[in-house]
Amino acid sequence: MMMIFGIPIQAFLGQLLIGLINGSFYAMLSLGLAIIFGLLRVINFAHGAQYMMGAFVGFLLLSWIGINYWLALLVAPVIVGITGIVIERFALRRLYNLDHLYGLLFTFGLALVIEGGFRYVYGSSGQPYATPDILSGGVNLGFMYLPIYRGWVVVASLIVCIGTWLLIEKTKLGAYLRAATENPTLVQSFGINVPFLLTLTYGLGTALAALAGIMAAPIYQVSPLMGSNLVIVVFAIVVVGGMGSIMGAIVTGYMLGILEGLTKVFYPEASNIVIFVIMAIVLLVRPAGLFGRDV
Amino acid sequence: MTDRQSLLSVRGLNAWYDESHILHGVDLEVREGETVTILGRNGMGKTTTLRSIMGILRKRTGAIDFDGKDLMNRPLHHTARAGIGFVPEERGIFATLSVEENLMLPPIVSKNGMSVDEIYELFPNLKERRSSQGTKLSGGEQQMLAMARMLRTGVKMLLLDEPTEGLAPVIVQRIGEILQTLKQRGMTILLVEQNFRFASKISDRFYVMDHGVVTEGFDVAELPARMDTLHEVLGV
Repeated sequence: MMMIFGIPIQAFLGQLLIGLINGSFYAMLSLGLAIIFGLLRVINFAHGAQYMMGAFVGFLLLSWIGINYWLALLVAPVIVGITGIVIERFALRRLYNLDHLYGLLFTFGLALVIEGGFRYVYGSSGQPYATPDILSGGVNLGFMYLPIYRGWVVVASLIVCIGTWLLIEKTKLGAYLRAATENPTLVQSFGINVPFLLTLTYGLGTALAALAGIMAAPIYQVSPLMGSNLVIVVFAIVVVGGMGSIMGAIVTGYMLGILEGLTKVFYPEASNIVIFVIMAIVLLVRPAGLFGRDV
Repeated sequence: MTDRQSLLSVRGLNAWYDESHILHGVDLEVREGETVTILGRNGMGKTTTLRSIMGILRKRTGAIDFDGKDLMNRPLHHTARAGIGFVPEERGIFATLSVEENLMLPPIVSKNGMSVDEIYELFPNLKERRSSQGTKLSGGEQQMLAMARMLRTGVKMLLLDEPTEGLAPVIVQRIGEILQTLKQRGMTILLVEQNFRFASKISDRFYVMDHGVVTEGFDVAELPARMDTLHEVLGV
């Protein structure tokens, strides 16, 4: 058997793949959080619940009206994004002039209400979501067996992350977003409707969470609490990457996902805490985060 | 000068920062094509006046009419669309945007704006450095960029807050030339300026502010006769 650092190479690559897949979800979720925090200065604790909603909406669309996975990839984020727009427009907006803590508390409460509501209706056990036919099965790469769906998740999340990054760094809308992140009042004095931009951004952030959720549905089960564990890890990642840094969120998401996977190979006992240990170290050494500008 | 039409009229303007009452009934008038400078010591409400006209400061009462439109009950982003461009004291160049992105950021509000080519002709440095990060420019270049991006939009009037602050004399002179060019093109300018010599070369009229009210207004022709009292009021 081939060995790498004293570990069978199959186990090494297997955990690397699991790390990469987790990292894909971390990246997509922390990206949305970073965009929302950058412009709205709201720490969106409801992000995990919105990820769960994406998976549930996909699941319900399939079981009620037979909308398949591919269509759900489009429809679920739109539906959840609209709920985000409604939340921003009627609730979050009232909190912008208060301390950031209020936004955090509000979205935290919102997450509890959403997750509690789904648990009340659907119970806390998971619902299966079948892998779409074309992506089921796997390929033997020689050194390991790659389930096709998991490969697809890695590729799709890379496309989503790079696409979002391009949208923010290379388009006019992105220039508005970046400028408004720096100085919203001045941007609005130029004649740009900043309140609308904020609504749109929250909608986009929640839609990204929902997209991650529907993509996660065939891998993890669809359950009301699927986001609540994940969101804590994702917050740690955003802190490591640097609050509000888009590229930082993406790179850190993949990096820490892979690191977590490799920890499972070399020292499994630490795999659940390695991300938090790194967060603590980064906070001590470089409080603005690895990619953050000084706040 | 007096036969020109009034473009901006401010009457009885009061404004507050939180609980502190800064403006106590400001009255002023700017006619089309004029350059008017507000003089006054620090903390007398000059910047607050510009910010209140623009609508950045929302806690305000009184009347502000611009080009026949009432500006009091409009959201901030409608002021620029009415035709006013604001260049803040801190210039407001965005660090995460390139020079060109900074230039192209404000939306066009009328067809009367300058083309990008015309702007680069007026500000050759900006063309040279158009792909640099906005805040990598020197202070003078940042001030020029802050003005240039307003010229593209086609606003009728510029509110300039201390455009020469902290700049070397040769740059101040250059900014003076640019403002002269804008005047010739018919731009209306309301200026807040501590640099009295600079202001006296380009202004048509002056207002003096003291403790949140306009205490006097006069034409540039009356300036020599008023120098002594002005020195006293301004402490220059």
